[in-house]
Amino acid sequence: MSTDQVRVVVTGLGATTPLGGDVASTWSALLAGQSGVRNLTEDWVDSVPVKFAAVAAVDPTEVLPRPEARRLDRAEQFALVAAREAWAHAAIDKVDPERLGVVVGSGIGGITTILAAYDTFKEKGWQRLSPYTVPMLMPNGAAGWIGIEVGARAGVHATVSACATGAESIGYAIEMIRSGRADVVVAGGTEAAIHPLNIGSFAAMRAMSTRNDAPQLASRPWDKDRDGFVLGEGAGIVVLESEEHALARGAKIYAVAAGVGYSADAHHIAQPEPTGAGVMLAMRRALENSGLTGQDIKHVNAHSTSTPAGDVVETLAIKEVIGAHPLVTSTKSMTGHLLGGAGGIESVFTILALHERIAPGTINVDNLDDGVEVDIVRGAPRKLPDGQIAAINNSFGFGGHDVAVAFTSI
Amino acid sequence: MALTEQEILAGIGKIINEITGIPASEVSPEKNFVDDLDIDSLSMVEIAVAAQDEFGVEIPDEQLKHLKTVKDVINFIQN
Repeated sequence: MSTDQVRVVVTGLGATTPLGGDVASTWSALLAGQSGVRNLTEDWVDSVPVKFAAVAAVDPTEVLPRPEARRLDRAEQFALVAAREAWAHAAIDKVDPERLGVVVGSGIGGITTILAAYDTFKEKGWQRLSPYTVPMLMPNGAAGWIGIEVGARAGVHATVSACATGAESIGYAIEMIRSGRADVVVAGGTEAAIHPLNIGSFAAMRAMSTRNDAPQLASRPWDKDRDGFVLGEGAGIVVLESEEHALARGAKIYAVAAGVGYSADAHHIAQPEPTGAGVMLAMRRALENSGLTGQDIKHVNAHSTSTPAGDVVETLAIKEVIGAHPLVTSTKSMTGHLLGGAGGIESVFTILALHERIAPGTINVDNLDDGVEVDIVRGAPRKLPDGQIAAINNSFGFGGHDVAVAFTSI
Repeated sequence: MALTEQEILAGIGKIINEITGIPASEVSPEKNFVDDLDIDSLSMVEIAVAAQDEFGVEIPDEQLKHLKTVKDVINFIQN
């Protein structure tokens, strides 16, 4: 066990998701087993084969002042809303700006800005482009805005690893504090990709569910009849802090951000590696990095997205590395898949699960697929044991990225 | 018919409010964009483009940098 490491703790949580505009409303909807998936009503819906998505419950333009919202891409808007909640939650009165960092990424970045700006360019010319077009479309834009907001000068970073982005950001933040570069880091992921081009492109990969007659049943990880993921949007942000810094200011601590494991499949740009070798390596390294054993892990917030290819192999990897005992859930059954935002919100859920000793359920698992030999939380949430326990949040992304972040109870 | 100073001021106030959130009532002729209204150069570009749409007067970049106050913009549009 690596007891010589700086301990990193979680002192603030923020989220805006298809289930709610903040952490409290999202968490209660999650425990109630609600689906955030709804029919799309935009006029472009006839042009794509998928007519539904997990749209944010609270539109960020309703929360942000109009002059601010108009110079932010929607992904930046979500990130800023969630970061403000997390920052307020952490209630840090005073921190040395040179010891304060930000790590917030997005899988795709400001794609709706790019496409709308290109329309403006073609129709009206370059003179009519917003001077904020570049900061709106760059994938590090959200990190930059949050850094300005909180006054972070230790370093502002944006990791980009598709659907592993949020988890990788949190892992990077843990390492930033451990390596002595910062005392406090605001970290997470964001995504705003509900656009016909993205839906069309994911559909072209045959990756999305087309259950148009029953959208709320479409995200069904590990169910035999799953037919693809459901696109979601939003952001999840955490405030991480060295334990020393948190204790010195008497902060409320929600969990310990115990460690992270990374690996890569080196197999295929978009398909999961069939033996789960990369996933196993990431989880094994997360355990090593955290000084934990498989027995310590009582809950896994799985990556499983409801695609036919990836769900079962993740459970095989969990069984191999951790064991068959942890309560495994896929909250994507309710939130949809937030791509770069997924690891952000799912880390928030993993932390809350430890803090409140309850594992959210997975909805829509009517017929468990063959080969799933771990304890899936189907339907209602289940209680987690008392005492010192740990949990893992898995996130994997196109490109073959595998990230596992481990948290422990306080 | 040419717009009056008051009409142009009202139009500029509306544009500045839309882009920066500053109340239109604070946008008076003597205000300096940088020193009084805290408007950065990127926002000035947005304001200039919006003013071109509103008043039909092109503001070239080399002119824009000389327009320091609200009154300067009003004069430019009037002339």
